[in-house]
Amino acid sequence: MSTSTPAHPAGAPAATGSGASAGTLFGILAIAVLLAAPFGVYPVFLMKVMCFALFACAFNLLLGYTGLLSFGHAMFFGGSAYVCAHTIKVMGFSPELGILAGVVFAAALGFISGLLAIRRQGIYFAMVTLALAQMFFFFCLQARFTGGEDGLQAVPRGSLFGIFDLSKDINLYYLVLAIFVFGFLVIYRTIHSPFGQVLKAIRENEPRAISLGYRVNQYKLLAFVLSAALAGLAGATKVLVFQLASLTDVAWQMSGEVILMTLVGGMGTILGPIVGAAVIVTMQNYLAGLGEWVLVIQGVIFVLAVSLFRRGFVGEVIAIIQQFKAKKAG
Amino acid sequence: MFELLGIPPQALFGQLLLGLINGAFYAMLSLGLAVIFGLLNVINFTHGAQYMMGAFGAWMLLNYAGVPFWGALVLSPLIVAIIGMVIERTLLKRLYHLDHLYGLLLTFGLALIFEGLFRRQYGSSGLPYNNPLPGGTNLGFMFLPNYRAFVVVASIVVCFATWYVIERTKLGSYLRAATERPDLVQAFGIDVPRMITLTYGFGVGLAALAGVLAAPAYQVSPTMGSNLIIVVFAVVVIGGMGSIMGAIVTGFGLGIVEGLTKVFYPEASSTVIFVIMAIVLMVKPAGLFGTAK
Repeated sequence: MSTSTPAHPAGAPAATGSGASAGTLFGILAIAVLLAAPFGVYPVFLMKVMCFALFACAFNLLLGYTGLLSFGHAMFFGGSAYVCAHTIKVMGFSPELGILAGVVFAAALGFISGLLAIRRQGIYFAMVTLALAQMFFFFCLQARFTGGEDGLQAVPRGSLFGIFDLSKDINLYYLVLAIFVFGFLVIYRTIHSPFGQVLKAIRENEPRAISLGYRVNQYKLLAFVLSAALAGLAGATKVLVFQLASLTDVAWQMSGEVILMTLVGGMGTILGPIVGAAVIVTMQNYLAGLGEWVLVIQGVIFVLAVSLFRRGFVGEVIAIIQQFKAKKAG
Repeated sequence: MFELLGIPPQALFGQLLLGLINGAFYAMLSLGLAVIFGLLNVINFTHGAQYMMGAFGAWMLLNYAGVPFWGALVLSPLIVAIIGMVIERTLLKRLYHLDHLYGLLLTFGLALIFEGLFRRQYGSSGLPYNNPLPGGTNLGFMFLPNYRAFVVVASIVVCFATWYVIERTKLGSYLRAATERPDLVQAFGIDVPRMITLTYGFGVGLAALAGVLAAPAYQVSPTMGSNLIIVVFAVVVIGGMGSIMGAIVTGFGLGIVEGLTKVFYPEASSTVIFVIMAIVLMVKPAGLFGTAK
């Protein structure tokens, strides 16, 4: 490597001291707001947003930073939810062990399906993951332990480490917040590690990454497993919030929703999926009474986002800031 | 009456026939997907919705305009194809210079819109469509309903006609040339953008035709397309989209395999195609008829 200025990915601002401290400041501010939020906003709603935000961030790790469009992420989200609900409700696991079981299951499922899916590229990758997720859906529909059409209802929340009573919304809120921040930091750290740089290289130009000597398939598989495990973490956490695991969690519509959240927020941006999840969950809350129109509206948003603002909310904001900076400099 | 592995022949051949009909739909849909992907580089996720719209088109033509099945067989695909071509001209066209994924996402959004609109209007349960060819023939070992025989024959004719046009005619040679090098074909004075629009219309019309054929065989329901399209994607992954004949053979073959599974191990019938897909990915990742690309 040359000793000249390190190559920043196009568009990323040079990490100057002020930029990093501004980021830290923003992070501290965001956490402070989230700590105080349940006193102002309905906590269950916030918890739902955080679960889906984590799900979307996990998905974005794959689509935004590795360039792999998985159309089957519902299987990790929903599969983990089923395992978590089953272990807690039927086997009497404590909540933390239930979540752990869900995550381990999602990671294992991610390993198996990832091995198959990375054998094809691009558009085929999307179709393979969609088909595998549909297979998993039919498995859940027929398997005994999932409760079929009813799902697993009234899963007890229990108490964390036997100390904190999670049946209180406020206690659960802080657990969900901790899980969300943990998941987000894992993703942040991954993206900004040498491993994350290789993933971006694969996204930009896979043959070149291969010619540079990287074992591209191993990187892709590891990213896939990581993304699956984090999607599983989101799914298992969702079980504690709603005390429910059902077929909705594994259906293809769920895979579509997480794509929509990421697309609307801005794929390939750190904060995009969080914004996207907040927007879509809020929309669903307000439009819940409209029934089938929700599907139509989601479709319209898809079409608009793909046709008009492909960078998503956060992506557009970043573009505007950069334009502004360029003007100032030039 | 003879028995085969403890299965009465009526059940065996009945399921085989059902499998063949399913296979006919797989073949027509994956054929349309392959033709569209060849020229547009877009995986048409709306394909399932357009199949559903074909079936609904036949139902609406019958119930609102009194057009019988045979008229709908021509009219419904035509209408759905025109809607498709409008979509291509207004929305899809703007994405050709981008990554293929955007085309997939756009058509996925369109599929949600269409399915949502029909569910809003007609509910999720199915609507009946009268069989235009009642009665059947007793072949001795099984009873062959006339309509089912018609579906199988009609789809085979349509599939092979498509194959013939693409592989053996001058028009088809333009199409194949434009698939390889659209810029060069355009330079020879052929209107490639119009060809793209017509190709999309043709692929969509094929899906709608399958939908019309499906209307009397199954019920007409807003969700009939989204369930089918995922299976068809698996069929496409198994067959590979490189060859027209590959798409036809894989479609019919997998339909039959699915029908046989229903006889011998019913629990696996909904997943058998996905399992085959997983095996094919392990053994021959490019697909049975595909070339690595």
